[in-house]
Amino acid sequence: MSGEAAITVEHLTKRFGAVLAVDDLSFTVRPGAVTGFLGPNGSGKTTTLRMVLGLTRATAGRTLVGDRPYAQHRRPGRIVGSALEASSFHPGRSGLDHLRVYAPQVGVSDARCREVLDLVGLAEAGGRRVSGYSMGMRQRLGLATALLTDPPTIVLDEPANGLDPEGIVWLRRFLRHLAAEGRSVLISSHVLGEVQSTVDDVVVIAQGRLVHASSLAGLHDLAEHTTYVEGPDRAALGRLAEQQDWPVEQSGAGWAVRGVAAPEVGSAAYAAGLELHALTPLGSDLEDVFLRLTASTPERGEGT
Amino acid sequence: MRAALVAEYRKLVSTRLWWILLVLMAAYLAFLAAVIAFSVNAETGGSGAAGVPTASGAEAAAIVYSLINAIGYVFPLAIGSLAMTTEFRHGTITQSLLVEPRRSVFLAAKVLASIPLGLLYGVVAALAVVAGGAPVLALVGDGAFLGDGTVLEVLAYGVLVTALWAAIGVAFGAVATNQVAAIIVIIAFTQFVEPIARVGLGSVDSLAGAAAYLPGAAADAVMGASFFASLGSGDLLSRGAGFLVLVGYAVVLAALGRLTTLRGDLG
Repeated sequence: MSGEAAITVEHLTKRFGAVLAVDDLSFTVRPGAVTGFLGPNGSGKTTTLRMVLGLTRATAGRTLVGDRPYAQHRRPGRIVGSALEASSFHPGRSGLDHLRVYAPQVGVSDARCREVLDLVGLAEAGGRRVSGYSMGMRQRLGLATALLTDPPTIVLDEPANGLDPEGIVWLRRFLRHLAAEGRSVLISSHVLGEVQSTVDDVVVIAQGRLVHASSLAGLHDLAEHTTYVEGPDRAALGRLAEQQDWPVEQSGAGWAVRGVAAPEVGSAAYAAGLELHALTPLGSDLEDVFLRLTASTPERGEGT
Repeated sequence: MRAALVAEYRKLVSTRLWWILLVLMAAYLAFLAAVIAFSVNAETGGSGAAGVPTASGAEAAAIVYSLINAIGYVFPLAIGSLAMTTEFRHGTITQSLLVEPRRSVFLAAKVLASIPLGLLYGVVAALAVVAGGAPVLALVGDGAFLGDGTVLEVLAYGVLVTALWAAIGVAFGAVATNQVAAIIVIIAFTQFVEPIARVGLGSVDSLAGAAAYLPGAAADAVMGASFFASLGSGDLLSRGAGFLVLVGYAVVLAALGRLTTLRGDLG
């Protein structure tokens, strides 16, 4: 599997009546990394994942897991571990029995079921009925289901949904660990902040269309850099900003220059002979980039 | 397929419903068997309570024990249909199809896995009608006839029929996936529609033959005794034909479910 994409989505389209839920979507998920599949609610993430996992039939295009579509694997549950909805449990069944029900078809023993419960921190609660589980516990049980076979590829739909901050930190460490073992992890989220420190790559969609795919660093590059600049002659710096056509805001004793990187501000000040006492990159707001990407999709036809 | 069968069996027995319904069925059947054993007897039942046939000897015993099917069949039907509809109610169908994308295998496994549980229901139902009916038959009638070959056949085939009902229930659940609707239809059909249809069709000469193909009538044919037929509601099919008709119901309903519910996008 080395070098080969773990999951491939090619020109994938899904139409529900007049609604185009997924529109000519293509991306790949590479092994050994956590890929964040991001988009607002209703942007087609779950529909895409369901097509990848053979639950929903594509209108056009195709999806591959490894070298073939999901359902064409002899035991797909051994290739891909997945958890799609955190609420898809029979409330009257215990956590352990939930796993035991799916164990035969993925070829694992009862002992393995207990092992994964332990792995996600549900060893104590395993014998209790799921109706008494919190949202966080359900997410963990979903994750345990996905990990039953120790699969090379893991697909999780909104795994951070309903987790408390402590749970999110736990999930991040867990997913990082899985990726470090060489697995391919695809997680969806509608909140970039939830997964920002977990993912290596991002695939951003809006209204069923791909709007961005890159490494997380690539997303950072799209961010507006804000630079804080301060000098003894504040008015002169203001005039320089006006000259350079920089959007600035007063900030403390200096200026916050939006959309201009620190080296550019510094060299312009140097050229103008202005003394600087502070020149600080303020970093970028990825959430802002995410909102910009997902909002700026041009309107498209709603079909016939 | 073997793995799918084990999985479906585990689904059935890992929640409490199966034994709750089983206990309910046992209590209900034992009670009714006692009541019917009392009223089926020409002397204690007077000139026959309304809607209860009169008979004596082994025939009376067979009628009482045939309640396994006449009254009891709603329980295996319900547990079977719930096995399927619960997947849709709680969304577990998603995970079920993730581990077994071949939907025909999923459906077949679910239908077949219900049969062992149906057999258990059948055994308990047989024990319940004997527990409730035999003492009364012995006390006020001509005896319990538990050594009689025909009577024992009724009990044994009653077990088989109960298992078939569970399979039919699963197949029906694949057609009517709304849990509440499925249960309402099953109760309405088994408690009102079919009994009325059997008596109604049976009383019209040209339609009397059709009544024998109703599922409950086919099941009575397999058992070789019928509470309703003894009410004069038409002739029954042969045992073999009755069996085939019942299997036919399961197969046709399962095929319908496969072509409707399990065809398109799920979840």
